[in-house]
Amino acid sequence: MSTEGLTMMLVTEITVTLITAYFFFKILVNKKQEGPDANSANDDETVQ
Amino acid sequence: MSNTEASGWGSRVGLILAMAGNAVGLGNFLRFPVQAIENGGGAFIIPYLVCFLLMGIPLLFVEWSVGRFGGTKGHHSTPFILDSMDKRSLWKYIGVFGIFTNLVVAAYYCYLESWTLSYVWHSIADTFGGKTQGEVANFFGDYVSLNTYEPVVFWIVCLVLNTWILSKGLSGGVEKAAKIGMPLLILFGAFLAYKAVNIEAGENGALFDGTLGLDYLWTPDYSTIWESKVWLAAAGQIFFTLSIGMGSIQCYASYVKSKDDIALNAMSAGWMNGFVEIVLGSAIIIPITVGYLGIDGMKELLSEGGGLGLGFKTMPYLFEQWGSLLGVLAGVAWFGLLFFAGVTSSLAMGTPVMGFLSDEFGWKQKNAAWAFGFAVFLLGLPTVLFFNNGVFDEYDYWAGTVSLVLFALVEIILFAWIFGMDKGWKEINKGAEIKVPIIFKYIIQYVTPLLLGWVFINSVPDIIETLNHSASGEKIALWQNDKEMEKKSFEQQEILAKKADFKMEFLDPEVHSDEQLSVDKHISIPTYLLIKKQRELKKIRKDKKYRESKIANEEKTMLYKNISRIFLLLLWLGIAYLVYVASRKSKFKTT
Repeated sequence: MSTEGLTMMLVTEITVTLITAYFFFKILVNKKQEGPDANSANDDETVQ
Repeated sequence: MSNTEASGWGSRVGLILAMAGNAVGLGNFLRFPVQAIENGGGAFIIPYLVCFLLMGIPLLFVEWSVGRFGGTKGHHSTPFILDSMDKRSLWKYIGVFGIFTNLVVAAYYCYLESWTLSYVWHSIADTFGGKTQGEVANFFGDYVSLNTYEPVVFWIVCLVLNTWILSKGLSGGVEKAAKIGMPLLILFGAFLAYKAVNIEAGENGALFDGTLGLDYLWTPDYSTIWESKVWLAAAGQIFFTLSIGMGSIQCYASYVKSKDDIALNAMSAGWMNGFVEIVLGSAIIIPITVGYLGIDGMKELLSEGGGLGLGFKTMPYLFEQWGSLLGVLAGVAWFGLLFFAGVTSSLAMGTPVMGFLSDEFGWKQKNAAWAFGFAVFLLGLPTVLFFNNGVFDEYDYWAGTVSLVLFALVEIILFAWIFGMDKGWKEINKGAEIKVPIIFKYIIQYVTPLLLGWVFINSVPDIIETLNHSASGEKIALWQNDKEMEKKSFEQQEILAKKADFKMEFLDPEVHSDEQLSVDKHISIPTYLLIKKQRELKKIRKDKKYRESKIANEEKTMLYKNISRIFLLLLWLGIAYLVYVASRKSKFKTT
């Protein structure tokens, strides 16, 4: 591969992978919204 | 208000995977690499990322917060979600697009999805084993021409599967499908990308290294970066890839609790889609095609049938070059990956329709799911029966392209300028687990609407051309002009003459019949497709009756397209009428 192509590919792919991993990691470590009770319905929604 | 039996997300990871699954579709693997190749290679990534930052991310924030806001008012479909943001009744009719688009896109997308399922089956059954490139390409043509009942069977299976998953609800159906589908999709993608990148010239019939394809895809051609067509292509790709402007993100987000985060959720799902598209999507079809057919071969195939043509007409043959076992595995992985990408997206198209029927008409979840399935069956039938008459493309253009941009443009104006940016900014930040940079407040208010307006204005000439059937008109004009046909024929022959696997006798059907041509193992697929085109052109020139039948068929295509347009318009009006009935009903209830 040409140096230019390889650099472009590596810089883009590594950046995108790291950002994705960072956000997904934050989701995994944050348990605030975890569990069926937290998300089963909107809090002020009326179930008829 | 809402009949939300068993509705809501079971877990946050499930929500993120479902939302990412909504965004990750066939376009990530078939459209993105082709767009990059056609628009400056590695340089395309610059406008792509800029559009992601200035249009994609802002619209994700807007759609997630609009959805959560509507959800707290008990609405899960865009007509009444938008209605809850402003007093004017106009908005609920703008919101009709959020149901219309999902129904119409689901109608043709489920058919596309069924091809992938069918090809998984044919990969397992080793249907493509021992076939020539021409035979594999013809298999697809025969398939969509409905030469057997098989496409209809697979389509019905797909529809029933989608409906059945939807009938199980968000946590019991959609979320489970995403939790199975997304990891498998990434696993299959990683396997194929590894194999593609490691293709070596001379091994298993490969002409070049797979990395040559990567090099072609990623080496930037900076001369194209200031061309407006490149920026339009990048903006278009961001639209398709993130599923924005459809109404499905709002629907999924409407089941999030009012004080729960949406900012981190939006980023996580959006970037996961980016990862699948940029890292995996770029490393499969292009390296494999270039490895076996070279850069010129790939370019010719792209000009013939785009990413869809590469994915279905070429890949099954190329996988066979890896040996029988690996060929089967690669076929299952490729079409399985496309199937999971498709099904997680089509499920997202069902939920707004179900939400609308449940919220406004009190339908039970199961009934709403089966009603959606039946509607998709009725709407999709013309795309299956008249695929070769352009109905599929017509649905895709009006619902899957024009409506998205139009709806997103109006939606962001409502959010930033009518609902109010201060209020909107508070909505985005409510419960946020990441700090959203303040600059996005101004981007949402000024930059994104302007960018969307620019995209829409630039697409107006194309809309006019499509309305006037310009492409069909050009074809007919060519077939009626002997001199032009002769010129075109000469140009094609010049290209063919340069090919090592071409002989002049291939152009004469009496010396080399269609069947002989397709079973000839020495003809590569780009050459085969060019020969077929050349023979067709020759036949049109020589055979007057054939020429007349071609023109009549093209006129029939225009007629079918016009009927589809009227059909889609009536559908939009029908949904608007249902919205009107629902709003009258709720007014009656409140008074």
